[in-house]
Amino acid sequence: MPPPAGVSGGITATRTLPLPLKRGRPRVADRVFGSGVAIAGAIVLVVIGAMIIFLVLEGLPAMQHYGFFSFITASRWAPSDAFPNVSHPNPYGILQFIYGTMLTSIIGMLIAVPLAVGAALVITDVAPQRVKGPLSALVDLLAAVPSVVYGFWGIFALIPAIKPVVDFLTTTLGTVPVIGIAFQGPFFGVSYFTAGLVLAIMVLPIIAAVCREVFRSTPRNEKEAALALGATRWETIRIAVLPRSRSGIVGAALLGLGRALGETIAVTMVIGNAVLHINPSIFSQGATMSSVIANEFTEATEPFHLSALFVVGFWLLIVALIVNILARLIVRRGVAL
Amino acid sequence: MSQLALGAPGLRKRQSLRRRRGKSVVMVGLLVAAVVVAVGVLAWVLIYVAIQGAGALNLNFLTHNPPGNPGAAGGGFFNGIVGSLIIVGLATAIAIPLGIGAAIYLVEYGRGRFSATIRFFNDVLIGIPTIVTGAFIYAIWVTRFGFSGFAGSLALSIVMLPLVTRTTEEMLRLVPNELREGSLALGATRSQTVMRVCLPTALPGIITGVMLAVARAMGETAPLLLTALGNDLFTQYNPTQRMSTLSLQIFDNAVTGFQEGQARAWAGALTLIVIVLVFTFVARFFGRRVRTANA
Repeated sequence: MPPPAGVSGGITATRTLPLPLKRGRPRVADRVFGSGVAIAGAIVLVVIGAMIIFLVLEGLPAMQHYGFFSFITASRWAPSDAFPNVSHPNPYGILQFIYGTMLTSIIGMLIAVPLAVGAALVITDVAPQRVKGPLSALVDLLAAVPSVVYGFWGIFALIPAIKPVVDFLTTTLGTVPVIGIAFQGPFFGVSYFTAGLVLAIMVLPIIAAVCREVFRSTPRNEKEAALALGATRWETIRIAVLPRSRSGIVGAALLGLGRALGETIAVTMVIGNAVLHINPSIFSQGATMSSVIANEFTEATEPFHLSALFVVGFWLLIVALIVNILARLIVRRGVAL
Repeated sequence: MSQLALGAPGLRKRQSLRRRRGKSVVMVGLLVAAVVVAVGVLAWVLIYVAIQGAGALNLNFLTHNPPGNPGAAGGGFFNGIVGSLIIVGLATAIAIPLGIGAAIYLVEYGRGRFSATIRFFNDVLIGIPTIVTGAFIYAIWVTRFGFSGFAGSLALSIVMLPLVTRTTEEMLRLVPNELREGSLALGATRSQTVMRVCLPTALPGIITGVMLAVARAMGETAPLLLTALGNDLFTQYNPTQRMSTLSLQIFDNAVTGFQEGQARAWAGALTLIVIVLVFTFVARFFGRRVRTANA
């Protein structure tokens, strides 16, 4: 271990080093230090591995009782129908949660990606130099607001604000044959759509931050070349910035998607927690994989209930791992948020 | 270069300059609109919480526990604030040494595939849903030792660890190699070089990373539901028992349906936002010093 002598910091500290060579000791200390930090590094891998193993272990009783695939082929979650000696049909269907997670995330992404790309472009290429810093700090600040606050705000500020619009949509779009089924009322405020909106706000800063880095890395001389050829501002962005950034934007969107899939508390507060079946309308109440865990975990008293929640957690982890790994492979070094 | 020439169909198509300029104004206008929406929503959230919270936020709120009945007026989140500080404090104490150690390994020691794998999965861990982290801690800890503040700390430390590792790694990479070489040339060992030269140089940036991670952990609710559980009855200072946190109390009171409870939750939300923003701003202050120092 390195001597914890009073080091005031900076480069001057090297003066106080014990210069006379003591063979052996520093080497041992060095080796201990080296293995210590290597162990610290390996913890990340241990944690991810242990997560998978322990979620499977806890979910195993339910998986053995009902069968591995019966969870993702049923869409009815009714713990009160569970009995220790009945294993068919599986009362813990999770297809509607997977649907809810996907639907809310897709709504969130459809709104957040264009806004985030636009905001990032303004910050890197449009805004005057002086405004860029404060603007990017403000957009980053969206990520600092805690999830529980977004959920609370969603219930009391967002829902009343969107209610008239959604009511209008349910009476117009909702009555159109075929596609109307996706927009049917009644709208009670809490819904897939509301959750999607809140998710959009929450992932916007993450996507914008990564996009900012991506746009910033476009070569300056190409932008100048475009301008010199007489391109307008928008044309410069379109021919010199966007084509090079395509994969970066995809990576950023995937990172945002990963976050949206797992977001819990805000979604739990505004989605309505309807667990019995798949609701086709985006304005109806539902549940996601994460919301059902948050909602029922500490009250899971029925047979295999808690174990089934771990099964939900296991699938959520698998989905999140896949999306995040893909995103990181594309972005490589994104931004920590 | 060739990409620019080939990728310029808009320039080759014959369009009047006026039309192209018009299009540019419209498109740039849309981009600006996106920023306005983003910043507008931020303002909406902050102002709404400030207005709702200001009514109930006072000294009494910060120094009293909630009344036993959620429908009763008055009381505050004192026990939640204490719980948040203890739980996040313990989580930070776990995450800092491990995160900095991991970053030191990645920058100063790690070579080849193993360290690349660690770096990659550290980034992946940042994106793992925190509710899953909570379920994981429930499985390995709560099933054996019961719900406790410390279980919450363990969960939050997993949330914080990859964030601390990431920023520390980036800051250590900014330390010029000449400093390391100088230290080694003077006869210092590698560990001495790291502890006395690299870490002190990178310290402001590391503080930034830690503070941002703390801000994030302060707001986390989902993993605590499954680990610390909450305790509204009295102030718990012992982290081996179940504990309340500010975020848990906001969640519980927000969804009670009682106006009195919601008033407390708004005051709590305002308190939480103020704490988080203070950490974020202070972190940015340190962060700016880093950037100017290394420019």
